[in-house]
Amino acid sequence: MSGFANFGNELYTGKRSYEFVGSKKIWFLIALVGVALSIIIPVAKGGFNLGIEFRGGSEFTVSNVKTTDATVGEKAVTDVVAGSVPRVANVAGTTMRIQTDKLTDDETLRIKEGLHTAYGVTENEVTSTFVGPTWGADVTKQALIGLVVFVLLAAVLMALYFRTWKMSVSALAGMLVTMFITAGVYALSDFEVTPSAIIGFLTVLSYSLYDTVVVFDKIRENTAEIDSSTRRTFAEEVNLAVNQTLVRSINTMMVAILPVGAILFIGAGLLGAGTLRDLSLALFVGILIGTAATIFVAAPMYAWLRQNEPDLVKQARRVEQRRSNTAERSASAEPAQA
Amino acid sequence: MARTGPKKPGLRVLVWLGVIIAALTAVLAGGTVAGQASWSPKLALDLEGGTQMILAPKVEGGSDINEEQLNQAVAIIRQRVDGSGVAEAEISTQSGRNVVVSLPGTPSTATRDLIQASADMNFRPVLLNGAGAAVPEESRAPEDQLPKPTAAPANSSDINWITPEIYREFEALDCDNASAEKAERSDPTKPLVTCEPATDTSPAIKYILGPVEVKGSNIVTSSFQLQQGAQGAVTNDWAVNIQFNEEGTAKFKEVTERLNQFYVAAGGESGNDPKAQFAIVLDDQVISAPRSLAVITDGRPQITGGFTEQTAKALSDQLRFGALPISFEIQSEQQISATLGGEQLRMGLLAGLIGLLLVVVYSLFQYRALGFVTIASLVVAGVLTYLAIAILGWTENYRLSLAGVAGIIVAIGQTADSFIVYFERIRDELREGRGLVSAVENGWKRAKRTVLASKAVNLLAALVLYFVAVGNVRGFAFTLGLTAIADLIVVFMFTHPTLQLLARTRFFGEGHRFSGLDPKRLGAVPLYRGAGRVRTPEDRPANVRAKNAGAAAEAERRMTIAERRLAEKQEQLAGSSKTAAKENK
Repeated sequence: MSGFANFGNELYTGKRSYEFVGSKKIWFLIALVGVALSIIIPVAKGGFNLGIEFRGGSEFTVSNVKTTDATVGEKAVTDVVAGSVPRVANVAGTTMRIQTDKLTDDETLRIKEGLHTAYGVTENEVTSTFVGPTWGADVTKQALIGLVVFVLLAAVLMALYFRTWKMSVSALAGMLVTMFITAGVYALSDFEVTPSAIIGFLTVLSYSLYDTVVVFDKIRENTAEIDSSTRRTFAEEVNLAVNQTLVRSINTMMVAILPVGAILFIGAGLLGAGTLRDLSLALFVGILIGTAATIFVAAPMYAWLRQNEPDLVKQARRVEQRRSNTAERSASAEPAQA
Repeated sequence: MARTGPKKPGLRVLVWLGVIIAALTAVLAGGTVAGQASWSPKLALDLEGGTQMILAPKVEGGSDINEEQLNQAVAIIRQRVDGSGVAEAEISTQSGRNVVVSLPGTPSTATRDLIQASADMNFRPVLLNGAGAAVPEESRAPEDQLPKPTAAPANSSDINWITPEIYREFEALDCDNASAEKAERSDPTKPLVTCEPATDTSPAIKYILGPVEVKGSNIVTSSFQLQQGAQGAVTNDWAVNIQFNEEGTAKFKEVTERLNQFYVAAGGESGNDPKAQFAIVLDDQVISAPRSLAVITDGRPQITGGFTEQTAKALSDQLRFGALPISFEIQSEQQISATLGGEQLRMGLLAGLIGLLLVVVYSLFQYRALGFVTIASLVVAGVLTYLAIAILGWTENYRLSLAGVAGIIVAIGQTADSFIVYFERIRDELREGRGLVSAVENGWKRAKRTVLASKAVNLLAALVLYFVAVGNVRGFAFTLGLTAIADLIVVFMFTHPTLQLLARTRFFGEGHRFSGLDPKRLGAVPLYRGAGRVRTPEDRPANVRAKNAGAAAEAERRMTIAERRLAEKQEQLAGSSKTAAKENK
């Protein structure tokens, strides 16, 4: 604790400083690699594992099963429809849910037969339905429209509040990195994409921008009168602001991630597939990446976007000048004091 | 906060917060006593189960429904369900023929009616109207006086449509005792004899209507508003606005041109020619038959006269939701159990509890006694959120799904962030050597901006998604907005006033080492440390320099006289030029 308080103090005074802006090339490279991987992974895996909510299909429900072994159900389906990829999940205790792509009536009957022998239940305990998507194209379309409108309005809001569009661009860049990597990790986990996961993504989206605004507000404060200051260059001020808010970033991330982590642990560990697991995985990854993206992507990108502005180039030159003057002065001052 | 007295700033705000919570509790208690609300929040389909309705869509003309029409049917039902609150219904298709609607709890009659409400809407010109009751046998027109068509009808308003059979049907029709629904839809190319059912304000009327002129599918949207008077001032009369698409605009222009001639010919306002009326027909029943007072060329007619807010809204909803040539028939309606076991909710709540506990431990570890302020603030936020959910469950049919529960647990993080931003600002101020009271005030001034700007992002997301998106996303947006507002209320009305009060206690004010605001631990260096002892440039906290130029200049001014003299002396000793000294400022 004492160590952490001291850590905060040193970050505040600038005694301890991490090169978030200075080493931006490394961070951007890491972010780009992360985004590239996040695009390659789902493509290599043949797209996202979309839930029945999005695609519809046939669904079998087997109650009071003797074994919750998923492979039993998979085999029962592949025996009938070779080459199909059934998705078998254990739902709350002794019920198995088997979802497949659309089947013919004959296939449905044979799979039903196979399931009832494989799981050792009576014929009445296997039911089948053909269901369409509950999350249809209309829901997706409206959600996407909403998303685009929100992102545009948020960009305008930030540009107005911070009085520079470059902060909006940087914040959106950080948000995009967060979204891509979160989606990539989700694809890697092979969890089904369900409406809960989408809700999680939307929360992450809003969290990511939120987090960036908090840090950018400190940057705005630190660089408000950069023109009349010769203490630090613009990039250094940005870096100091990020360092000064680092304790806040860590604390906020911890407080946000602790409940999510608890849900993820209980959801994935004890309950298996379901709302809690899907939602909390998206959130867990998203909050971590979102916090990091603000620090490593959004803030350095803002400094980078502005560093070539003529005023700031002049200011940087003045800082240089002052520094060399001071160095000379202290060199000449030494003998006088002694 | 400037309003509060000098002695106990913040106390008044805290009292106001108490008043708000008490008022919300009273509202909820009132609703519960009246039997409409309940103390426990309403649960959504996945946690509580509900009612499943299987609807068979019927297309005009009796042909089979195709995929596009089925999707259209799903969209229209989703729109209707969303229009009735934020219940997060589940809507899907079954066997490529039916629409399955699952609603949480037991849907009210109004909701059920809204879902199955037919959507066969169109506009027909009125040929003849009369009082709703059937004409008594003895006073019916004798055989030879029946209207006889003299020529083929030239247009939909031509009275040559009225054949003796149709006139007899009109006479016999009894709108006061409406008969059971007709099994078959009327033919849009033939005239129709039908009723406008009686309402609270007007008796039943019966009509002979011409063939369909404009179809309901030509309506883009509809709204209702208070009518504007001639001077543009808002009157007390409600009006319903319709907006047609291109095809509808052209047709409606043609119709109103013809109907308006009847209106003018009959003597305008005082005239009484039924042929000046056009009837809005839903499900073969007239829902309204306004007169055509003007030629509508822009496809945006306004219907006025005798509306109350409710009837205007009802008509507007019917026009908007009825604008598709599909009607629905309920095939089965049955109870379904929760899709998620109670175990999922219990585990979710357990997880939330564990998460909260971890947050408490972390806060106390990080902020010591100040952590209790965080915890108390979270409790207040929790109480506010709970009250809001319970009340909105009553008024807006807001229901908590498992995703919603998880969303609220997750919101803990964002709520706590407001406090963290604030506390860190106070610590920054302390590091600069301020006393706690002024550190709290200055820290708040700066934290307030950040909190407002960042919460604006969340609120924007909530608003946009709520109004644009449908289904689950809409429920999510509602939860997001709710928690963001609760958060703002708490940080403004609880956390800050509480800190204002605590800053004046000895424990916090003197920076006890467990207060979390101990200046020594924060590496603060007082601005003035007694006579003759001044800070040297080295131990002046570097953060003062770290500030922007304005703050630095202020810090410069805050140097004690002794400090300034010392600095000047050093500068002279160093033999530095005047320009360098200036630059240092």
